Amino acid sequence: MMLEVKNMVVSYGRIQAVKGIDFDVPAKSIVTLLGINGAGKSTTLRALSGLLPLTSGEIWFEGERIDALPAHKIVERGIAQSPEGRRLFKNMSVQDNLMLGAFSRSDADGIKKDLDRVYDMFEVLASRRNEPAGLFSGGEQQMLAIGRAMMSRPKLLMLDEPSMGLSPIMTQLIMKTIKELRSEGMTILLVEQNAQAALSLADKGYVLEVGNITLSDTGKALLKDDRVRRAYLGAD
Amino acid sequence: MDVIIEQCLNGLSLGSLYALIAVGYTVVYGIVQLINFAHGEIFMVGAFGSLTIWLLAGSPTDMSIGFALGVMLPLMVIGGIIFSVLTAMLTEKIAYKPLRSAPRLAPFISAIGISVFLQELVRLFYGQIPGFPDARNKIKYPTITGISGASVDIGGVQLKMTTVFILCALAICTLFLWFYINRTKVGRAMVATSQDQMTARLMGIDVDHVILSAFAVGAGLAAVAGIAQGLYIGDIGYKMGFMAGMKAFTAAVLGGIGNINGAVVGGLVLGVVEAFASQLGDTAWKDVWAFVILILVLVFRPQGIMGAKVVDRA
Repeated sequence: MMLEVKNMVVSYGRIQAVKGIDFDVPAKSIVTLLGINGAGKSTTLRALSGLLPLTSGEIWFEGERIDALPAHKIVERGIAQSPEGRRLFKNMSVQDNLMLGAFSRSDADGIKKDLDRVYDMFEVLASRRNEPAGLFSGGEQQMLAIGRAMMSRPKLLMLDEPSMGLSPIMTQLIMKTIKELRSEGMTILLVEQNAQAALSLADKGYVLEVGNITLSDTGKALLKDDRVRRAYLGAD
Repeated sequence: MDVIIEQCLNGLSLGSLYALIAVGYTVVYGIVQLINFAHGEIFMVGAFGSLTIWLLAGSPTDMSIGFALGVMLPLMVIGGIIFSVLTAMLTEKIAYKPLRSAPRLAPFISAIGISVFLQELVRLFYGQIPGFPDARNKIKYPTITGISGASVDIGGVQLKMTTVFILCALAICTLFLWFYINRTKVGRAMVATSQDQMTARLMGIDVDHVILSAFAVGAGLAAVAGIAQGLYIGDIGYKMGFMAGMKAFTAAVLGGIGNINGAVVGGLVLGVVEAFASQLGDTAWKDVWAFVILILVLVFRPQGIMGAKVVDRA
């Protein structure tokens, strides 16, 4: 198992946002966390990245416990996150954003190679690499955010609502990219509100409701599950 | 005409000092949103640090110009920078870092405490070291052959060598700063951290290290200013950091707090305005003008001359 989360509790002051959840992410798979706003999805990812301390519980990554490590050490271990709302450095160029993604690395040749790889994947970024990130459209910014997270050459890529605010066509394109990354051997933890898009490509899914995991199954099974269909897919 | 040029030069010298100090306020503010009110004392420590090196070198007087400019002055500059940088990093670790998640007022009060502490430390203990002058009063700054008291005549205008030294110091420091911010990894991390600390952490940036670097860079520049002021005015004292710090803070606000270019521009503008204000009016009022400017800026243009540069569309 690449990532194992055991009985994780995360709190903001006295309020528990995540109330003791267990889930795991096998290598080379796509696992999705579904839930509406306030369910605790982003809190979970922030805790995994070391941005929030755990109240209790454990996080294991490749057989080692990582829940007490500072954020920059977690990136070095091989966990990258593209955060909710993309959070690009908007007045820096595309290239500068990507180079910051590679901050934890010092292998100049490898960085150059990965830079070319990101530009191959997202051609619109390549042709406008010196323009400030803030001038790009939402979909293009999402591409840049994913590319930036890939620049640390992670083993586990965590994406927080990559489809947020995007058109259906752009969402499809982003989902296709995620699928391609998996076929190249990347492990992906995908947090989404868009259950349809996420479940159709996830190997495994977990449903998060007010800080608890209430359902878990394969992506296919969850797509057919009545409770999921009613709550997240708009079925009667 | 000559008077105008002379006041311009005076203003630019004074302004360069403000600019060098202001950078420290602005860099630290940009990253931790702390007005480091002990920064003026870091500038004072730099001046005393360089004096210490001179004392340890056996208080040489009547130096040859080669020795003074080639050996003594560089040693004093490096020594002053080391003293300031170490002091700043120590205060960050002891007084600010433990308060990182406290309300913003807490580190601010802590900064005032550090400011008083450093002043009193120098005032009471500097003279206790055998062979060191009593720091309870102003101390005459060492005479550096070729700079102190020297001047060149350019078309009837007397250009003081101390002015040349200050302007060169500002130019070199600004170039260094540009290179550091734009071309080094720590510099890029600093810019990223000042824009979005959480995302900077996600990039693998060790934010604590960046904060410490910000304090160090600001302190280095303040030390250079401390030495420059010692040479320009001719004496130093434990209180020198207070007014200089206040003026530099005004310069940082004038330029747009958090904006490094703004700090340099703000410093120069403030210096020149002050020079002309004291030329036109009563010199005793010169310190008032800086704060009149501070209040006017805070009321009418709180983002400063240069403001913050933000590009956003999506």
